[in-house]
Amino acid sequence: MPIDAQSKPRLAPGCRLGENNNQRVLLMPERALRLNGPSLEIVTRCDGNHSVAQIVADLQRLYSKAEPQKVESDIIGYLELLQKDRALDFSA
Amino acid sequence: MASPQLNPLALVSELTHRCPLHCVYCSNPLELAARATELPTEAWSSVFRQAAELGVLQTDFTGGEPLVRTDIVELVRRARAAGLYVSLITSGLPLDETKLDALLEAGLDHFQLSFQSATESVAEAISGTKTHAQKLRVLDWLQSRRVGVTLNFVLHRHNLHQMDEMIAIAESSSATRIEFANVQYYGWGFVNRALLLPTRVQLDEFLEKVKSAEERLRGKIRVEYVVPDYYAKFPKPCMGGWGRKVMLVAPNGDALPCHAAGVIPGMSFENVKESSLREIWESSEAFRKFRGESWMQEPCKTCDRRVQDFGGCRCQAMLLAGDAAATDPVCSLSHDRPKVDAILATVPSADLQNPQQQFLYRSNPS
Repeated sequence: MPIDAQSKPRLAPGCRLGENNNQRVLLMPERALRLNGPSLEIVTRCDGNHSVAQIVADLQRLYSKAEPQKVESDIIGYLELLQKDRALDFSA
Repeated sequence: MASPQLNPLALVSELTHRCPLHCVYCSNPLELAARATELPTEAWSSVFRQAAELGVLQTDFTGGEPLVRTDIVELVRRARAAGLYVSLITSGLPLDETKLDALLEAGLDHFQLSFQSATESVAEAISGTKTHAQKLRVLDWLQSRRVGVTLNFVLHRHNLHQMDEMIAIAESSSATRIEFANVQYYGWGFVNRALLLPTRVQLDEFLEKVKSAEERLRGKIRVEYVVPDYYAKFPKPCMGGWGRKVMLVAPNGDALPCHAAGVIPGMSFENVKESSLREIWESSEAFRKFRGESWMQEPCKTCDRRVQDFGGCRCQAMLLAGDAAATDPVCSLSHDRPKVDAILATVPSADLQNPQQQFLYRSNPS
């Protein structure tokens, strides 16, 4: 399923942020993903209020030294990964 | 030897061995822990806090049936308060909507409902109880509540052909994940192995179907499965490596590196009533026994795959080769692989008649 720039991702049921020894993690059924830098910035915005386009714009501002196209494609790639893990719901 | 940088990530909390079901493949040991020996609420609370301090992120509440603990809601609350992600691995009974709401209010993150089959008749033959309709009711209740839901189907020769029906159950529920878990031959499953092993033909049909289901359900339901290991070319990375990621605490407080470790002769387990979780993890003999690579024999010792599968399962090596330090005999490189092939050669291709009359059903502890 391609990701729609206007859709608003939200963590799926059973997925939430956690922390241990100052390491932020995304907790999911039977697994956990470490979150650092950009991945943490992305996941904290998956709250059902930010559209994919807004997340891209936010991170392009935050990482203004990076190539904007590259920031966008990295974000889409990461969201696709989370979608495959069934960690996100997308609402219109 | 102990690698100090590694901490456990998951705690399997085996809260009780009591269970309303009598599944013929239960992974619990044949000698079940009596109710009187079960750790009380406060002792589990301490285990959860110590686990979180050790770096554990998640705990699975399992058993037996964790819902038979009268303090189950309080245990969920305590584990969440300790900072853990809490999964309930359950048959779905005893449960009603009020109890379900209390579990969710206490912070339950993930509800994993196990199914014996897609139909009541096969489920009854396997579990010795009528519970299928209750499971479907629980799925209904879950649909209107916000919690992670996994359906776990335990697969064997009597239900492998029902995969389409199993997926249909999942698709009509709020599940975001399906686990197709092939029976593992430990505990009661080992005793009933001859009645449970699927045929190669059944397995090949299953694998073809599951791959297309995985593709079709992508983004909707995550499908997870593994090839049953007697039919695999290489062993599973059992527990993610011995004493490497997972710690299991049995109902009586014994801390084990895996469910079946009790089958290995000469192993003794420290108990959380006497030792801290950190001491047990870092320096107990049981956890150090097969940690790392120094215990390995050939062909594991010089095999490139040893960093992927850690030599496979120590308990299976014990059960099939009579040596817990041997390469897991399911491995195609193992000297003992012919023993597994000999077992597979005895799998009948025709349907078994009335397996219920031959099954040894799991009993219940005192």
